[in-house]
Amino acid sequence: QQQQIKNRLSHLPVVVGSHGHATSHSSGGGSTLLGYIGIDTIIEQMRKKTMKTGFDFNIMVVGHSGLGKSTLVNTLFKSQVSRRSAGWARDEKIPKTVEIKSVSHVIEEGGVKMKLTVVDTPGFGDQINNDNCWEPISKYINEQYEKFLKEEVNITRKKRIPDTRVHCCIYFISPTGHSLRQLDTEFMKRLSHSVNIIPVIAKADTMTIEERQEFKQRVRKELEMSGIEFYPQKEFDEDMEDKSDNDKIREAMPFAVVGSDKEYQVNGKRVLGRKTAWGIVEVENPNHCEFAQLRDFLIRSHLQDLKEVTHNIHYETYRAKRLNENGGLHPISSNDTQESNL
Amino acid sequence: KQEVSYTAPEGEGARAVPLAGHVGFDSMPDQLVNKSVNHGFCFNILCVGETGLGKSTLMDTLFNTKFEGEPTQHNQPGVTLKSNTYELQESNVRLKLTVVNTVGFGDQINKEDSYKSIVEFIDAQFEAYLQEELKIKRTLHSYHDTRIHACLYFIAPTGHSLKSLDLVTMKKLDSKVNIIPIIAKSDAISKSELAKFKIKITSELVSNGVQIYQFPTDDESVAEINSTMNSHLPFAVVGSTEEVKIGNKMVKARQYPWGTVQVENENHCDFVKLREMLIRVNMEDLREQTHTRHYELYRRCKLEEMGFKDTDPDSKPFSLQETYEAKRNEFMGELQKKEEEMRQMFVQRVKEKEAELKEAEKELHEKFDRLKKLHQDEKKKLEEKKKSLDDELNTFKQKKTAAELLQNQAQQAGGSTTLKRDKERKK
Repeated sequence: QQQQIKNRLSHLPVVVGSHGHATSHSSGGGSTLLGYIGIDTIIEQMRKKTMKTGFDFNIMVVGHSGLGKSTLVNTLFKSQVSRRSAGWARDEKIPKTVEIKSVSHVIEEGGVKMKLTVVDTPGFGDQINNDNCWEPISKYINEQYEKFLKEEVNITRKKRIPDTRVHCCIYFISPTGHSLRQLDTEFMKRLSHSVNIIPVIAKADTMTIEERQEFKQRVRKELEMSGIEFYPQKEFDEDMEDKSDNDKIREAMPFAVVGSDKEYQVNGKRVLGRKTAWGIVEVENPNHCEFAQLRDFLIRSHLQDLKEVTHNIHYETYRAKRLNENGGLHPISSNDTQESNL
Repeated sequence: KQEVSYTAPEGEGARAVPLAGHVGFDSMPDQLVNKSVNHGFCFNILCVGETGLGKSTLMDTLFNTKFEGEPTQHNQPGVTLKSNTYELQESNVRLKLTVVNTVGFGDQINKEDSYKSIVEFIDAQFEAYLQEELKIKRTLHSYHDTRIHACLYFIAPTGHSLKSLDLVTMKKLDSKVNIIPIIAKSDAISKSELAKFKIKITSELVSNGVQIYQFPTDDESVAEINSTMNSHLPFAVVGSTEEVKIGNKMVKARQYPWGTVQVENENHCDFVKLREMLIRVNMEDLREQTHTRHYELYRRCKLEEMGFKDTDPDSKPFSLQETYEAKRNEFMGELQKKEEEMRQMFVQRVKEKEAELKEAEKELHEKFDRLKKLHQDEKKKLEEKKKSLDDELNTFKQKKTAAELLQNQAQQAGGSTTLKRDKERKK
């Protein structure tokens, strides 16, 4: 699964620039290299450094209960990383309010260590009256930005600021087969500007392929009409190559997925699947559902990009807004009351 | 309003769990590296050393290219810094290399302030980054980083010890930049003298508390080579862009009548070691140290200087940003006030000048009027005189005519007799 290093040689002029700082200016010189210097070793140096420090990744799952959120996350990371498996008892009762529950695990693969934090939102969309049920989620997301910002403005800063910001929010759409529900559009509209939202169609094995395709088209159209910019957002495509890669992904979204952490024997192989009376739904089979596409997109190609968009765009937006509020800083209430006195 | 309850057992105590199959996040380093490659890299080197120690030649040799520039004269009045930026590319790695040279270092009679321009320059780069970082709307990830990542300090190959200028300068720089001391033009020293020289230099640096850059030894893959190299500091280098044929290869070398010094021959000099350490092994660490150590130190000192303190656990979380903004607004306000003042002053001056000019104009008019009147008076006088003269003339004419008339009459009386006589005669 080695990523092909994008070859940029073709469309980049070797610009020779110059700038003088102190007191004198001088025009830049030629840059024809006559022999190997070794500057391309910086790639290896950088790779080694990142493998040593490891990564943080924070993923949030939103959707009403029963849509298979925990299972999907476990399937994505082939490990018991969700709240359900971390010793939390499966909720006897659906909570009366939206709760935010996060759990962290460290997973390692190929020498790469990742601290994965899964943020669950039980109670979302489960009440009779779901007014404003996105607010606690929005608040949580902003609180993580706030935490980071506070660390960043310290005089003496930590070498590595702990990153709890939500890099990706997977929104589970109920496979009704008809259209999006009002709650879905409301949520996504409100949050798509502060976090990367990846909508998925949950429990896709309840629809036939045709039903699924139609549903997808309808959902896509509705998302477009509501002006919801889900990840990967068009406006952040960096160049033509990005745009063409991302266009393909955007056209295939929302991915219709099935999750499972049980293995069955199919054609002599052990595969993850859901056993039904009429057959086994193979999770990683692209003919059965689009789980593999989601996994490749989310983990194997865009994991770093999700973090970068969160850091360079969503966080910066929050920060700029925050710093423009002159003295209008709301006290952020949390369990340990820490009011800002400005 | 809905209540929020948090149960977030986050932090360092995260449990490790095994994976049941290949997930694929081991491609993360590749993803990250790709992004950096697309973005391009930045590396900034500062060369400090006296004129004539071969700084430019060494840069040319290190990067296998001919950077532009004329060798400088030795009569500079002070130390200035000249920086040039080049775009280099090797396979798919694009590097924006900035080479800063000190011009006139060590040339003055009084060298007390030599280090100052260098320190100012380094601080200016930190300041520029800090300014960007403190902006409200900032673009840090596309910011062209000009902070100095490595400072090559060129030591003159005297063979004896460090000059006091060197010690003072390095002491001033060691908390601001990664210093890598090198012995320049080391082909001027014999091998035995070189060993002694290196020991002397190292002991002088230690006894003066100068912190030079240590190649990092925490990563097992490079710990060994880095610690070996640490013991070879300062590197004795020779630079040359000229090629000489040795055997059947063209190598970079300096040719003397008694032999040829090959730049890339490790028995002849430490050039290869320098290149290994500076570029091929520790370039990334140099960048990281600059950002996490030197820059943070600068930032902390600068902010404390400006009067900021870190937050106490139960008070203003944004004293830094808010006070900074307040100060900035104050400054902007002052600036505006000054601008207003200047504008007022300008308007005032214009008015005054205008009044002056009007005055002058008025005076001129008056003068003109006076002159005109004078002229008219004169004219009048002249006319009167003319008139009186004319009168005189007329009177004279009248008198003349009267006199002539009388004369004629008198003549006629006599003349008629003459005429009669004439007439009678004719008869």
